[in-house]
This record gives sequence, structure tokens and C-alpha cells, in this order.
Amino acid sequence: MFRIDFNKLRFLVCDDNPHMRRILRTLLHSFGAREVYEAEDGATALEMYSHYVPDIVITDWAMPIFDGLELAQMIRQPESKGNPYAPIIMLTGHSEKRRVTVARDAGVTEFLAKPISAKALYQRILNVVANPRPFIKTKIYFGPDRRRNTNNAYIGPERRVGGEAEVMQQPSLLDKARSST
Amino acid sequence: MAKDNPPAALQIKAYADHHVITQPNPLRKVLLRVPETDLDDPVGRAEKALAGLSGEFKNWMAIEADRLSAAHTTILKDGFTTATREELFRAAHDIKGDAATFGYPSAAAAAESLCRIIEHAPDLDAVPSNLIAHHINAIQAIVHDNTKLDTVSMASELSQKLRGVADEYLTYANRDRPDHLEAILAPSIAPAE
Repeated sequence: MFRIDFNKLRFLVCDDNPHMRRILRTLLHSFGAREVYEAEDGATALEMYSHYVPDIVITDWAMPIFDGLELAQMIRQPESKGNPYAPIIMLTGHSEKRRVTVARDAGVTEFLAKPISAKALYQRILNVVANPRPFIKTKIYFGPDRRRNTNNAYIGPERRVGGEAEVMQQPSLLDKARSST
Repeated sequence: MAKDNPPAALQIKAYADHHVITQPNPLRKVLLRVPETDLDDPVGRAEKALAGLSGEFKNWMAIEADRLSAAHTTILKDGFTTATREELFRAAHDIKGDAATFGYPSAAAAAESLCRIIEHAPDLDAVPSNLIAHHINAIQAIVHDNTKLDTVSMASELSQKLRGVADEYLTYANRDRPDHLEAILAPSIAPAE
């Protein structure tokens, strides 16, 4: 059995809603985290990301100035001076399937639909800590491998060429978003 | 932890149209193997801490509902602009996401219905004004009513009826917009209560 030593993890939480930030802070501190930095918009979060170099980013989607999706895209710049590989957990009130796809294509690592629960948040953090996925860089994408299942029959336009698929067997982001755990 | 350790070496495999980049797990050090008998329960501890905050939830919910009403008042005065639409959407969206955590699931359902109207109505100025007003009034009633409306089935029925009317309107208004129609009819992925 594995447990996370939250004491050694540094979090960046980005949500424009002060009540949700308070809830996230409470949950993370209760898990054992000591370093939790907070931003109320994407621009501030990006500055804090460069300054504090967090291990894990938890961000809302809908925010002023620039939103959580844009924040994820800014972090996932392969040529940036900062760390483009940090896990990003999108915690959002958006609850439509197409949103999961859009978040995935922006480089989001995990998707968590509100309402939030301690168990669901813990599971997402455990997953990014214990099961990091390789990163894929193409002309139009840079981020965690979006394939969680091998599908050799796939012949669509986004089929990668030039080698065996290297994928980890995991539930899809959508399946995970649908489950509360 | 991130600043204390230099980034681990990357391994990059190049293929015809993509690169696969792996690095030793930088967070591996925070993963501790513990015996099955380990009694530490971080999730239980967090749930208790969340319950400790619950005394503030009613006040927080009232603040969120008042923010929504203020956004609506501005629209009644100034009409729908990019800014007023966004503020109404964000206020409703926050309630959709937070209200169930605060103990007001019916307010969350009504707010979700309102979000769908704002997001999918082809022309917000053409939406019957009562439809938006009824959603906001329902949320206010659920949150502020001293009889704790949300504890009875009436609140749930109210939000279901609002959702039904809103969906009927949206389905008709988007009959020639298949993308919106698909999104309107798709099931939610939000975890069930």
C-alpha cells in the first residue's frame, strides 16, 4: 500500500472563487501539505508558477483575465524556461463530455468535475504522483500522452506514425471524470 | 520539493511525426510504502476538516446568490454585453460547482440550468426574461428561505421543473444548430450526489 508524503509537495491552486480556494486549502492542508500557494486568476497563477515551481497545479477553468485552459496551454510550452511537465489537475464546474476533450487537448493531466470531494481529489493527486504518463510532442500538441488505452484498429487522422504505440493502460480521462472516485 | 531537486534527465524518442518524452518520476520520493495496517486516513481527516468549515457554508452561499442577483440586476439595467453576460455566467457557474458542497444541491441544479441557457441560447436577448428571472429567484429562495427550502423535496422539484422548461426552450431554439443540440442532450459527467 502506498501513501503520499504531502509534506514534501508544493501545490499551486488557481481559482477566482475565494470560497473554493478556502475549501481546497483546507483539504490539502488536511492531507498533510504545508506549501499551498494560491492565485485568483490565470495571469497571477502563471507568475506564481514560475516563481514557486510547484509540483502540482490545481486550477479552475472559468476565470477572468485568462482562464484555466489558457493557463494549462501556457505551462505546456516545451521551449519555456519553466517546467512544462508539472501535473495539472483541472477542477471545474464544467460537466460536459466535450469539455474533458478540450482540457485533455490543452495538456491537462487529470479532470475533476465539481462538486469536489476529499476522496476524489486525493485519488487524482495519487494518480499523478504514482502514475505519470510520458509526454508527447507533435506539431500541434505538447502534453501528457492522451492515449490511455491501446487501440491498434484506430485509423483516424490523428494516428501517430513511425513506431509502436507506447501507452499505459488506464481509464480514459472521460471515464475517470464520470466517476466520483 | 520542486525547487530542491534539479529536473531529472529526459529521454526523448523521435518518431516520424512525434516525440515521446519520458523522465524518471520526479515525484517518486513522496510516494511512501506503508503496511496494510497503517491507520493514517488523510481522506477521513480532510472530510472532518471540511465538516468543520460547514458553519460558514450558509453565509458563503448567500454571498454567491447575491452576486448572481447583482449580475442579473446589471443586465436588466444595461442589457447583455460581453462583460455582463460573462459575470452572470461566472456567478451561476460558481454556484453550479460549489452549492452542492455547501449543502444546497438544488441550487446547484438550478444554476446549472441557468448556465446552459447562457451558454446555448442563440440570442440571449430573445430568451424570455422570465426564464432567467425564475432561475435566479429560485436560487435565492432555496438559499435565503428561512424554512430551509432545500431540505424538502420542493426545492428539488422546483429545479427539475426549471430545467425541463429551459431544456424545452433550448432544444427548440437550437433545432438548426446540431453542435449545441448535441451538447444540450448529452449526459452530465458531474459526480452524482
